Amino acid sequence: MSTIHELRRILATCRTLAVVGLSPQWHRPSFFAAKYMQEHGYRIVPVNPVAEQILGERSYPSVTAAAQALAQQGQKIDMVDCFRRSADIPPIADEAIAIGAKCLWLQIGVVNEEAAAKARAAGLDVVMDRCVKIEHARLFGGLNWAGVNTKVISARRPQQLFY
Amino acid sequence: MAEQDHDYGFGTRAIHAGAVPDPVTGARATPIHQTTSFVFDSAEHAASLFNLQTFGNVYSRISNPTVAVLEERVASLEGGRAALACATGMAAQMTAILAIVKAGDHLVAASTLYGGTVGQLGIGFARLGIATTFVDPEDPENFRRAIRPDTRAVYGETLGNPLVNVFDIEAVARIAHEHGLPLIIDNTVASPYLCNPFAFGADIVVHSATKYLGGHGTTMAGVLVESGKFDWGSGLAREKFPEMLEPSRAYHGVKFYETFGDFGYTMKARMEVNRTFGGALSPLNAWLILQGIETLHLRMQAHCRNALRVAEFLGDHPLVAWVNYPGLERSPHYALAKKQFRAIDGQPGASGILTFGIRAADAVKAGERFIDACEFLSHLANIGDAKTLVIHPASTTHRQLDEEELARAGVRPDMIRLSVGIEDVEDILWDLDQALRSAVSG
Repeated sequence: MSTIHELRRILATCRTLAVVGLSPQWHRPSFFAAKYMQEHGYRIVPVNPVAEQILGERSYPSVTAAAQALAQQGQKIDMVDCFRRSADIPPIADEAIAIGAKCLWLQIGVVNEEAAAKARAAGLDVVMDRCVKIEHARLFGGLNWAGVNTKVISARRPQQLFY
Repeated sequence: MAEQDHDYGFGTRAIHAGAVPDPVTGARATPIHQTTSFVFDSAEHAASLFNLQTFGNVYSRISNPTVAVLEERVASLEGGRAALACATGMAAQMTAILAIVKAGDHLVAASTLYGGTVGQLGIGFARLGIATTFVDPEDPENFRRAIRPDTRAVYGETLGNPLVNVFDIEAVARIAHEHGLPLIIDNTVASPYLCNPFAFGADIVVHSATKYLGGHGTTMAGVLVESGKFDWGSGLAREKFPEMLEPSRAYHGVKFYETFGDFGYTMKARMEVNRTFGGALSPLNAWLILQGIETLHLRMQAHCRNALRVAEFLGDHPLVAWVNYPGLERSPHYALAKKQFRAIDGQPGASGILTFGIRAADAVKAGERFIDACEFLSHLANIGDAKTLVIHPASTTHRQLDEEELARAGVRPDMIRLSVGIEDVEDILWDLDQALRSAVSG
């Protein structure tokens, strides 16, 4: 169950996102989402074997290769965000577990219960069938500007600005 | 930590949904953002906004923070995914339809719609090359019989106006979905407090917020809401709505369904239709409607209680020939009202609209005299006000319709329509009684 509190915690603690299947084409959903997250202070690590560079960041052929390269910079991948078909998820989940990621995030339409159970058993947070950009905008502001029902009810002043 | 998010009730959402405190000032009430435009931080920020890669405001014809609170509020109250507010109910309905319908396409609609909607579909859209077949909604199968290969949507009203017939949302939704079509429901008369059409399978809901949502009769506004459940990519739907899937010619190459998923339709309506056809709602008007919505749940209860009392009173009155109110047990629509509407005091909350005819030799003349004799019941062409409103549809709201269309809409020449307000019901009964007496004696 991905509650508002859990999603807020995940998005507040995961600051470096490996985006698997990130497209270099500006009108693709993966590019939309990664660009949005980058603009909101997250580091994007593209995982795409046929691209060299996306959004100003070097692209890696696999999650493992990306994690190794980041380790040399003294950095870690917090979240593995997957824009891939549901059937392709298990090996990516295995890599996410192996590199010690905190969260396996499967985008809208991507569901793999088996891989999710395995990742959860290894201590990862798992979010399925949701868009990282949409959830960020829903819970930290922005999506409400597009008339979306965020389901956020609160009398507390938001502690961050949303642009 | 909670296992799941708390499920807030209707009244709480009517007051809070969409309106967290302002992050900069801490203002608790929703600020009125009376500005046409919003600055860009940089050329790059501007490009991101125009590409829809960043959510944010550009120009109040597209979106505005005050209007957005209203949009989220109504989306929440309807149990929908997203909403778009427009200048009027007619604009919302036009925008809802034009987002998925173009010249050469066809609609199937209930014949008992509000007269203004019959005009928009039957004449306005016909001039744009969009044909509408109007069918009697009493038999849901009539919709099936009218669906053609070029049909793109099915349209009805939860409660017809002025016939106050109850639309069988579940039955018609099933037929629409069998054909890969969305069901659009105008939920103005029921309001989201009494009925959530999405719960019965509707896909898109439209409102004239001018009516019960506002409740004060001061402000025009409309809202469209999408359920987020219609699969535009299904085998049946994708052939009919390729523009939901393909790169948009009207908004530089964005694929709305793929990019925005379950609120892709609302984004398409916003960016392709409302942005270019210009039906934007003003921030001040959005704010005024929001003031009304905060009491929607309380007002609708009062409207329903008063309307039922009035319907019973008129039903027993010697000078009244007939009364039509779906909240009366003898109404042919009572069973459907009970199924679709929230119960108020154990009875189906059938909203505040009812019709009746006067028992007189010349009932049409008597009707006109009745309206002139009312002391505080207001003679005007609106519904859903806190004030009780009274009108003779055949000579006013439905006067553009010819005799055949009047009969199809169920408008009898002697019909008087009441929009029962939330004044003291004893006063409403008193005014009705004295006006009836003077209509017949005069």
